This record gives sequence, C-alpha cells and structure tokens, in this order.
Amino acid sequence: MKSSFWVKVSAILWKDVLTEFRTRDTFTSVLVFSILVIVIFNFTFVPGSQMFETVAPGVLWVTFTFAGVLSLNRSFARDKEKGCLDGLVLCPADRVALYLGKMLSCLAFMLVVEAIVLPVFAVLFDLPLYLPKLAVIAVVATIGFAAVGTVFSALVVHTRARELLLPLLFFPIIIPVIIAAVKASELALSAASWSEMTSWLTIIAAFDVIFTVAAALVFDYVLEE
Amino acid sequence: MTAGDSLASDQVVQIKGLNKSFSGNLALRGVDLTVSRGEFLTVFGPNGAGTTTLLRILATITRPSAGRIWVSGLEAGKDSTEIRRRVGYVPHQTLLYDDLTAYENLRFYGRMYDVPDLESRLQALAERMGLTSQLHRLVRTLSRGIQQRFSIVRALLHDPSILLLDEPETGLDQQASAMMVEMLDAGAKTVIMTSHRLENSLELADRAVILASGRITYDAPKSSLDKATFAGVYARYSEMK
Repeated sequence: MKSSFWVKVSAILWKDVLTEFRTRDTFTSVLVFSILVIVIFNFTFVPGSQMFETVAPGVLWVTFTFAGVLSLNRSFARDKEKGCLDGLVLCPADRVALYLGKMLSCLAFMLVVEAIVLPVFAVLFDLPLYLPKLAVIAVVATIGFAAVGTVFSALVVHTRARELLLPLLFFPIIIPVIIAAVKASELALSAASWSEMTSWLTIIAAFDVIFTVAAALVFDYVLEE
Repeated sequence: MTAGDSLASDQVVQIKGLNKSFSGNLALRGVDLTVSRGEFLTVFGPNGAGTTTLLRILATITRPSAGRIWVSGLEAGKDSTEIRRRVGYVPHQTLLYDDLTAYENLRFYGRMYDVPDLESRLQALAERMGLTSQLHRLVRTLSRGIQQRFSIVRALLHDPSILLLDEPETGLDQQASAMMVEMLDAGAKTVIMTSHRLENSLELADRAVILASGRITYDAPKSSLDKATFAGVYARYSEMK
C-alpha cells in the first residue's frame, strides 16, 4: 500500500516534469520574468550603497514570490485542459498522494528557476556567487510556497479570473514566510552566523510543516465539484 | 438502506432521490434508477437534460446536491475511492495530455490505477483498438477519432466492472465504433451510456431511459422497445418537463 502511494506521487511528478520539459512554455516565461525584475531593480539602486544592501533581500523575494505565483497559476491549468483534471480526480488514489505529487512538481519547478535566478542576482548585485545560506533559505521558504500555492492553484482552477484570484488568496497566507525569508536573507547577506538566522528559519520550517499537513487534509474538498 | 441490501438484489448501481443544482438551477430532479449486473443501459436525452451530470456523479467527479448513490454496494461520498476502482469513464473530453504520447498517457493512468502487468495490458488493448502504430505519437498530433479510441483504452485499462460512456461514438468512424462495440460485448460489463444517436445506441441497449429536464420520463426494457417507433417515443418523452 505504501509503495502504491509513492508510485502515484512519482507518476504525477513524472507527468508534470515531462510535460514541462517538452513544452518549456511556463519555464521560459517565468525565468525571463524573474531575470527582468532583477535587472530592472539593479538599474534603480546604485550598487554598493547602503540602500542597495537594504533592499537586496526584498528584491530577491519579490522576484521569487511573483515568479512563484506565475508558475502556480499554470500548475493545474494544464490539467484542466482537455479535462485531464477530471482524469486525476477519477483515479482511485489517496488525495494526499495527488496533493504531494502536484506539490512536489511545483516545488521542483520553482527550485530550478531559483537555482538559475540566484547566481544572476549575485552577479548583478555584486555579491559572491557561493551563497549557501541564501540557498538554504530559498529551499525552506519555497517548500512553504509550494505547500500553500498548490491548494490555492487547485481551488481557483475552475474560476474564470484565476490569474487574478490566486495572488489575492495566496499572498495573505504566505506573508509570514515572505517576511521571515526576507529577514533571514538580510542576515545571510550581512554575513551573520547560522545561529542568528535560526529563529527565522524555524518560523519558515514550522509554517512548512503546518501548511503541508493542513493542505493535504483539505485537498479532497478542493478537488471535487 | 445498507450496502448489503443493495448487493443482495444484484443491482450494481442504485440511485435514490438524486438532485443536482448548479447556481440554483436544477440539473437533476429526484432521479431514481437501478442498473443490474451485466446490463447495458442507454440514457437518451436532449442537450441540457442532465445526462452528462448523471454520469459525472456516478463517476464521483461531481458531488450530488441531494440523494444517495450505491455502486457495487459502495456508497458514493463514503467509499468513493473504491468506487473509482470499479468504474471506467469515457467523457466528452479525452482526458489525455496533449504533450505526452498516447503510450505515456496510458502508462501514467495505469500507474495511477495500480494496473498489474501494465505493459502487456496496455499493448493488448491498443492492439484490439487498432492503435499499436499510434502509441508513440504525441496526443496533440492525433486525430479526434484516434484520441477518442485511446480515451476508451484509458477507461478500460484497469478492467472496470462498470463502464460509463458519455456519447462515446463522438469522432469515431464506423470501424472504430464496431471495435468499441466488440470490446464492450467481450467484457460482459455493466454499461451506462448516453447517446443522441437513437438507432445505433438502441441496438446495443438492454434497456432505454429517457432523461428530460433532469427527470426520468421513460424507462423500458429492450423487449418492449419498438425500434421503428422509438423516434416518436423519444420526441414525445424528451419534451416532457
């Protein structure tokens, strides 16, 4: 039974990754958008200035947040085309497996985009390329993004104005993660130690756990008409 | 009523007082229906009669507003996952991903349904529907008819005991329709099919039901059906409110 659960999770992940790999439509758009945002902010602030250091974490998380919303919007939209979402609902699979499969595919997608955007950010903002603390913060915060975003993406997929509705529902819930991620990033960029960042990382990790569990529990109700 | 009661009478589908409304508009009004094991039931109805809604509720995709449904003795809403294992559903849309090949689509659904010996099952069904040469093409490059044939294979992949077919002949040529009928005959499954094509669908049916404005207005076994006059019967009963 356990192996069947993970077979289904991996089947959904495989299906989403393969579809995106074939089309690259969402990936290309989100990546270009993210790099454009960083480039525009880079022109706005003078590198090396105090203002520049203050706003850099905010710039990074504004970019990640909007890129995340763009990709979450597409997560279930592709399933909705040609009724494939009905095909998923029809499967005799635990709804937690469906949720985890979709959540992991969102997470993988966002992490790949961030892995490309982070070095671009470092170069443009005159930072070292090796930023392990920032990478850890990005991974932990993106788990929270994907956990909450997957549920809201499924919730709005049946609505006509889903592109508008998703950020309206998603942002108020995800604000604690964004604030904690900005604060932790600020510390990471000012060469603070791991222990100084612990409290912010703990907040994000707690959010991840609580919302992943809660989202998995309500996913069945979100999917059914 | 308990699951045991519903099984005892060999009725694999039982519907009691089914209502479904969308934004206050009733799509189904007090539908009562039973279907016996191995029976081929055809549901006729004009556009907007509620035939698709009925099948979507039986497939557990849509939640009813009121009423109770048992499929193979399992109650919808309580045992939906188990019902899904027993049901194969062919809706209007193919439920196939455009950017995957037909093979990848079937493999995906096979894994989602825990189909044992998936590879040989998939190949055998594709061969029976004359689709072997099309298996590795992207779905978006296939014609509507071929996609529909793959949709039927998808629905049969997990060997369901109950088939729900929503106008399955859409896009199928005569040869493909004949293949589909042959597969349905060979399976000895309980079939609930909706259709607008009176003659062809009546030929297949053990029993015909007419749904009009969300109500069952006509229900008769094949033995009492007169093919020559059924068009007249349909015209009269499908207009009833």
